[in-house]
Amino acid sequence: MDDKRHWPLYEVFVRARGGLDHKHVGSLHAADARMAIDHARDLYTRREEGVSLWVVRSTDITASDPAEADSLFEPARDKIYRHPTFYDIPDEVKTL
Amino acid sequence: MYTQGLDVQGASAAERAEGACAAEERFQARVDAEEKIEAKDWMPARYRSTLIRQISQHAHSEIVGMLPEGNWITRAPTLLRKSILIAKVQDEAGHGAYLYSAAETLGVSRDQLIDQLLSGKAKYSSIFNYPTPTWADVGAIGWLVDGAAIMNQIPLCRCSYGPYARAMVRVCREESFHQRQGYDIMLQLSRGTPEQKRMAQEALNRWWWPALMMFGPPDAASTHGTESQRWKIKRFSNDELRQKFVDFTVPQAQFLGLTLPDPALRWNEAQQRHEFGAIDWDEFDRVLKGHGPCNAERLAARRNAHAEGAWVREAALAYADKQRTRRESEQRYG
Repeated sequence: MDDKRHWPLYEVFVRARGGLDHKHVGSLHAADARMAIDHARDLYTRREEGVSLWVVRSTDITASDPAEADSLFEPARDKIYRHPTFYDIPDEVKTL
Repeated sequence: MYTQGLDVQGASAAERAEGACAAEERFQARVDAEEKIEAKDWMPARYRSTLIRQISQHAHSEIVGMLPEGNWITRAPTLLRKSILIAKVQDEAGHGAYLYSAAETLGVSRDQLIDQLLSGKAKYSSIFNYPTPTWADVGAIGWLVDGAAIMNQIPLCRCSYGPYARAMVRVCREESFHQRQGYDIMLQLSRGTPEQKRMAQEALNRWWWPALMMFGPPDAASTHGTESQRWKIKRFSNDELRQKFVDFTVPQAQFLGLTLPDPALRWNEAQQRHEFGAIDWDEFDRVLKGHGPCNAERLAARRNAHAEGAWVREAALAYADKQRTRRESEQRYG
């Protein structure tokens, strides 16, 4: 289109209440991280949706490849012994 | 599965086409199973282009949609109404931003999208090319236009494309306030002086038919319907949603003591639905092609805002550069 520079994309994470994790809510454009926080406040917390914000440059995120999801996550599938329900404990045994 | 990768490299065009076909079948199976498609997942090129078109048109509509109501911010009758209207218009800007972000996940840039709007290449909802001559129009927009938007948007919360569906959940959560504040304006006017009630009736007369057109062309003439439904981008047809809107709105108008401007409107007991008169699709086409009452004004306002804001965007970048350089030199020498 042209050679002018544009505001980069940031991903926004909001902590809804103290004690909860920050959760990804969407993205926005801003000139820098400080402005991204201000925009995130206006865009994602207009109705008290959060008490804390994180912003991360979208280009700084490394993601797993969906095409490799099977090979990446499949090894966990046959390890059902990782789950407590795998073990059959007699009813007489309490608090286990 | 690297062996598959090797196969594809040496494959003939026919075998590759077969591969694409298999990928499309897998894709459709995921959609049929109500799995969400995410940004980096494989998707048919037409699915991608359909979504870019639909989501960006939706985003443009939110942005242009700020103009008819923004017109009344300085003239709202009370400070409370002014605060409410500012909050609503700010929400529309937010909805535009959520949706542009969702479109960007499909590989189109924000600047491309804005260029398409400003050049007149992209469409936006025909409804925003109508004027708002009185305060009652702000009420009618909230009640009818946002009401019709909600009817269209609630099924989109279950759209197969994850980023769009999530943006729509957020939009819908906020949209209900818009509709209720609009109805509240209409309620107050219709319980007011005869002049105020007349103002409400006239606004209803202006917005009723354009609101019905918001659902798009009749099913028989709709070009995008079936494919979008197969891909679960769209869950209901234009006519189904339009009918539902009419059925919801008729009793709301009755409660206001206002008359919908359609002499053919009547309850069909056998079909348990309202029959309504023919929509002027020539008007719809005219407005969509750029010949509505306010098309030129709306685009001029957007172009002007973009041009007038250029120095702000540039200054913010220059400031960010300066801050970064300063930080880097402090790290190096400080």
